[in-house]
Amino acid sequence: MTALAALIRRDIRIALRVGGGALIGVLFFLTVVVLMPFAVGPDLALLSRLGPAILWLGALLASLLTLDRLFMADHEDGSLDLITMSRTPLELACAAKALAHWLAAGLPLIVATPVLGLLLNLDMAATGAVALTLLAGTPALTFTGMIGAALAVTLHRGGLLMAVLVLPLSIPVLIFGVAASQAAITGPLSFGAPFSILCALSLVSLIVGPFAAAASLKHGLD
Amino acid sequence: MRLSGQGLTCVRGGREVFSGLDFEAASGDVVAVVGRNGSGKTSLLRLIAGLLIPAGGRIVLDGGDAEMTLPEQCHYLGHRDALKPALSVAENLSFWADFLGGERCGAAESLATVGLDHATDLPAAFLSAGQRRRLSLARLLTVRRPVWLLDEPTNALDVAGQDLFGGLMRDHLARGGLIIAATHTALGIAARELRIGGMA
Amino acid sequence: MTLIDLANPTRFLALSARVVPWLAAATVILLTIGLYQSATAPDDYQQGATVKIMFIHVPNAWLSMFVWGVMSVASLGTLVWRHPLADVAAKAAAPIGASFTFLALLTGSLWGRPMWGTYWEWDARLTSVLILFLMYLGLMALWRAVEDPSRAARAAAVLTLVGAINLPIIKFSVDWWNTLHQPASVMRMGGSTLDKSFLIPLLVMAVAFTLLFVTLHLAAMRNEILRRRVRSLQMMQASQKAA
Repeated sequence: MTALAALIRRDIRIALRVGGGALIGVLFFLTVVVLMPFAVGPDLALLSRLGPAILWLGALLASLLTLDRLFMADHEDGSLDLITMSRTPLELACAAKALAHWLAAGLPLIVATPVLGLLLNLDMAATGAVALTLLAGTPALTFTGMIGAALAVTLHRGGLLMAVLVLPLSIPVLIFGVAASQAAITGPLSFGAPFSILCALSLVSLIVGPFAAAASLKHGLD
Repeated sequence: MRLSGQGLTCVRGGREVFSGLDFEAASGDVVAVVGRNGSGKTSLLRLIAGLLIPAGGRIVLDGGDAEMTLPEQCHYLGHRDALKPALSVAENLSFWADFLGGERCGAAESLATVGLDHATDLPAAFLSAGQRRRLSLARLLTVRRPVWLLDEPTNALDVAGQDLFGGLMRDHLARGGLIIAATHTALGIAARELRIGGMA
Repeated sequence: MTLIDLANPTRFLALSARVVPWLAAATVILLTIGLYQSATAPDDYQQGATVKIMFIHVPNAWLSMFVWGVMSVASLGTLVWRHPLADVAAKAAAPIGASFTFLALLTGSLWGRPMWGTYWEWDARLTSVLILFLMYLGLMALWRAVEDPSRAARAAAVLTLVGAINLPIIKFSVDWWNTLHQPASVMRMGGSTLDKSFLIPLLVMAVAFTLLFVTLHLAAMRNEILRRRVRSLQMMQASQKAA
């Protein structure tokens, strides 16, 4: 347990210290959301209808793009070798790294959501619904994206390839995330059903992600 | 404690690096793996560390801790120092001590031994290559492991650093440890040579 | 006293240490006068008391652009004249500029609330300021992302100048985009049609805020110089083994 706590502490510390790595994700989120009205026009009624979708797309892209270097940095400086050799199972170490990443880069996105909701003319209830679905859904994005980050180490290339690999995997999360927030705002569907599925997706990815990432890292060793 | 390998074969990227390699080391031994570039010195160390899977043969450790796998009883000091420039010297060391766990001795003393006690709170980014190597050595001292796998350990170390390192290796052997080092320079300690990949 | 004399950071520190308290005092006095005048200014016949947000909003909006101007000059100093304090000036100005821009956005949206019924309207002026804010944040991220300040300086200088050239283009595009979608702007703030009872407090506030910026900027530059000294001292400490 101390080993995992130490790993989480270290990763969060680095994320907050180096170049505001985590905060650049929020800045990206903000920029993507601000770009949307320029494409669809400043019609507030339209924006508030599209709002949840825009916020979800922004959060999706922001959380995946910051994942790029989740394992790459540790691979480059040799830390990954020592983590693999240690008594801590690699699956747990992967889960700890993803958790640290979510705390440092995923939570700030959710904190930023109310401000962005204001820009998109979402009322309090709608913003709350989107923030709640993001809180339930972004862990799924991080833990699925982690598989891509591990593959990036194995394949020695990250960036766009990783995005192409991972984005299709995150489609279910997007569907139910947006569906749940829309249901909370306009109906007619109930909020509970899509939200439960969203939570289920997160829980499944919490298990699948670390195992897939660890397997990919083990095979990619050289 | 006895570490041995029988008939080891290593294949990387479709190329057979070495095959049918045997080696043996007991407590108190230093094995210097020598050979030309590309002969597989690093590969052998990574095989022992469990970071590569052998294409043939096996590696056995007799008399170690029965509850731990071989890699868990090894320290691997590779080309890269596994340090984070954004963290301070002390944070880097205490992270590895916490993460690797097991029997340990004081981080502060280890830093003093390797001559970094003046820089404890400075970011590792400010360290020179030689100082980073010294900080990696401090990791070997803080967390006790019987087997040291060293890849070009004296790289970037100055003369004083090499002397210091020689002393650290002798202490380790005296405690019953064993060392396998890939090198093409003298280690500064009596070692048995294991030549791989034929003559240079 | 020339620019060359100021180039020496030590002399800059000595001089600014003497100047900053006076500047701070002048800022406080002018701000007090300006705030008093703003508070006692008559209500607008259309907007009522909300018009008083203008006395805070306009100086902030003015400074959000002025600071980028200062940074552009400093960037020229970095790239063309290689003035040793130029990148310190540019780096120290960015967070202050971002704060003024943020305050301009905040007061703008508070002002817009009673008129638009929402806190945010994609009004051409506010939208341009929002983009400016994003550019400030991007610049600050760039400064933070690069460990070595002298390496970050040139990249940041290029970005600042590109931004300065782009800002009018962005402003024009946003205006065009906005009129395309909604012909009449909701909010009108005439410059010269302002009554004297509004104009004088506004001018006082503008000068007070500019002084506030100068004070904060000099103080931030001092901090940045000291921070760099600490950094080089730490590097020296790392390289020499204490006997």
